[in-house]
Amino acid sequence: MKVLVCISHVPDTTTKIKFTEDNSALDKEGVQFVINPYDEFGLTRAVWLKEKEGAEVTVLTVGGAEVEPTLRKALAIGADNAIRVDQEATDGFQVAKQIAAVAEAEKYDLIITGRESIDYNGGQVGGMVAALLQQPFINACVGMEVEGDKAELIREIDGGKEKLSAQLPFVIGGQKGLVEESDLKIPNMRGIMQARKKPLDVRPPAETAPRTKVGTFEKPAPKGDVKMVDAENIEELVRLLHEEAKAL
Amino acid sequence: MSEVATQALKGGEFVIRESEAPSVFIPEDFNEEQRMMAQSTTEFIEKEVAPQRERFEKKDYAWTEELMKKAGELGLLGISVPEAYEGLGMGFNTSMLVCDRISGISGSLSTAYGAHTGIGTLPILLYGTEDQRQKYLPKLATGEWMGAYCLTEPGAGSDANSGKTKAEPIDGGKKYKINGQKIWISNAGFADVFTVFARIEDDQYLTGFIVDKGTEGMSFGDEEHKMGIHASSTRQVFFNDCVVPAENMLGQRNGGFKIAMNALNYGRIKLGVACLDAARRTTSESIRYAKERKQFDTPIASFGAIQQKLAEMSLRTWVAESAIYRAGQDIENNIQHLIDQGMEADKAKLKGAEEYAIECALLKVFGSEVGSYAADQGVQIFGGMGYSADYSMEAGYRDVRIARIYEGTNEINRMHSVGMLLKKALKGEIDLMTPAQKVADELMEIPDFSSGDEAGLLTAEKDLLHRLKKAFLMVAGKAVMKYTQDIEKEQELLMHAADMLMEIYVSESALLRAEKLAQQKGEAAAEFPLLMTRLYLQQAAEKIGREGREAIYSFAEADEQRMMLMGLKRFTKVQEPLNPKETRRRIAAAAIEAGAYPFNPF
Repeated sequence: MKVLVCISHVPDTTTKIKFTEDNSALDKEGVQFVINPYDEFGLTRAVWLKEKEGAEVTVLTVGGAEVEPTLRKALAIGADNAIRVDQEATDGFQVAKQIAAVAEAEKYDLIITGRESIDYNGGQVGGMVAALLQQPFINACVGMEVEGDKAELIREIDGGKEKLSAQLPFVIGGQKGLVEESDLKIPNMRGIMQARKKPLDVRPPAETAPRTKVGTFEKPAPKGDVKMVDAENIEELVRLLHEEAKAL
Repeated sequence: MSEVATQALKGGEFVIRESEAPSVFIPEDFNEEQRMMAQSTTEFIEKEVAPQRERFEKKDYAWTEELMKKAGELGLLGISVPEAYEGLGMGFNTSMLVCDRISGISGSLSTAYGAHTGIGTLPILLYGTEDQRQKYLPKLATGEWMGAYCLTEPGAGSDANSGKTKAEPIDGGKKYKINGQKIWISNAGFADVFTVFARIEDDQYLTGFIVDKGTEGMSFGDEEHKMGIHASSTRQVFFNDCVVPAENMLGQRNGGFKIAMNALNYGRIKLGVACLDAARRTTSESIRYAKERKQFDTPIASFGAIQQKLAEMSLRTWVAESAIYRAGQDIENNIQHLIDQGMEADKAKLKGAEEYAIECALLKVFGSEVGSYAADQGVQIFGGMGYSADYSMEAGYRDVRIARIYEGTNEINRMHSVGMLLKKALKGEIDLMTPAQKVADELMEIPDFSSGDEAGLLTAEKDLLHRLKKAFLMVAGKAVMKYTQDIEKEQELLMHAADMLMEIYVSESALLRAEKLAQQKGEAAAEFPLLMTRLYLQQAAEKIGREGREAIYSFAEADEQRMMLMGLKRFTKVQEPLNPKETRRRIAAAAIEAGAYPFNPF
């Protein structure tokens, strides 16, 4: 079985976000990048498929050379090989086109993306890849058991869960539940050393153009001051809610 | 002097020669693989250790053992063990980096890790026979077995060779019967392999033996009640007619003291690096607390008195990091150099570190004192909360105290560093006398007051550093001339000289790091390293002046004293003093903005 895990290279969750001067792009200076957490659940699930079913796991990222440490970390965690599509993609469509182009050539049985990436939270790539490849897409996937060319899947839906079955190949948008947080692997030292020897294939991008263009980014307004009101002083609370917060 | 080295300096040579920035290693030079190893180690600490940190304070020795086993599974125990013995075969500075990252969370884990990977594993790696290595190293490298090292005795601490434990040859020398008592043995409660030092008959020096857990005649005292490192298992180990086969002798008969001392070179610099992440963590926690804690309706981080502390904690941590990894790479490169010249790997590892024994001793002292400084200021910033055992500062403060005591007290290491430098000079390995004589002659000449207004990055700082070296050469040179061999008895003077030497090494390391960063990334990107270098050098000049004066007052009189004091003043003069208050405020602002220790190299 050939499994492709699509990895987004995203700022660490604790990063203080700054933008370039015209607010049109993220200022990457000093930012620590990590494997997108949603993708890490998928990667760990894929490594289980490797351990139990002998699947071959490929990880893929669309980006410049600076994403390679993230790919190598995925190799250290247990992927067999990596592909970097050499393009600074600017929207989800571009990324999806590149992934689909690789997948058409490589014929994967299973493609795992994250439900969304935690940087721009577009949540588009998995669905678009599935559409481009004419394959089923199971988003918000919290459980997957593969048996031969069939799979039983669990999807998180509003207020509950949905169980479904599908035939390979298909695309999932994974998240916590595929594996639990405690299952996530810390790359061990030997894995890190082996990662150096595993293939990391840099491929030229397929021809695509973005369909959207970012104008500017804006940060939420900083939280205002907190006013403490005595628990007995209901009148003052009502006055503040009415006059200052304009909530009443 | 003022000779610039384009290749690595010999150990101790920094005091008479300058280094070029590109030739020194800086922590920013760590490659992707090394960074990933460091990050994995930190991830292990954050996920597996930090959330349950209080278990250390409840003396949960079993947890320490469990964590060590997990560290073994991750490969953290065999970083520099060769691949042939199931280690990773990485270079020395990588093992330093991992030791750095695993050690900061608690002195308990740090001690267990240091005792196992350092003194517990290294002697077998460096001196073991092939059979001994095959038998022990794979299990030690993977964490299946834990190691301990039994040198100290109730009556033999700093004077380690005076130990009374005996090893009596029996069965015509086929076996040895060990009798004696060892104290303060780290990991004793869960170790499987003990490296034990004992004296055979009336030998001049000790001999090492490997003793397996469960050997008849071996027993243990109760866990010691210690000030800190509460979950580091520390027990006495008793040997009562404990018989081991002659094959368990480690190295040569009479060679144990050498093993003990050589393992300590590594142990010392490792202890220095083990204090780094504790200092970073303390600094980060202090910054976070100072931002949250309000007094007079203002976060205490906005007060100058607190900012001064945050800045100094950050500054000293950064300087220590610069010096420790510089020396670490010098050792690694020297080992490789010796191997390339045809020396066997284990011998090269010994000689490689021995060459830098002076730096190892200085950095043990500096690292442990920076760690102690940060812990002390951390408690102060936390105020009453710092004194409460419910907050992390209290444990950190107690834990770090041992760092100035074990692996050779800081006093022993201070004297050792200067003593070794003088020995190297006597043996002709370093020519200290010519430059010292030059400095002495310079004292008699009319001072050169030319301002040396050459433009260039850090020119004034390099000039100051160059003069600080002269200050050391003047004071140490004159003291040696006066006391000759008896200088050993003038311990107070050796301590002053060691402090001068240490400040020279660490401030030079900071300067070279800042210069290299400026060369690589431009001056704007190296703004803080340059600023910190300037501030630290200014402080180092003050300290060197103070230590030098104390020494001069102590051994020189009348005209000689006056002349030396004038020389010292000239050598330690800061030409254009930096405003320390404003500089510290800028450093503190960077720390507060980052919300954590702000100068991580990656």
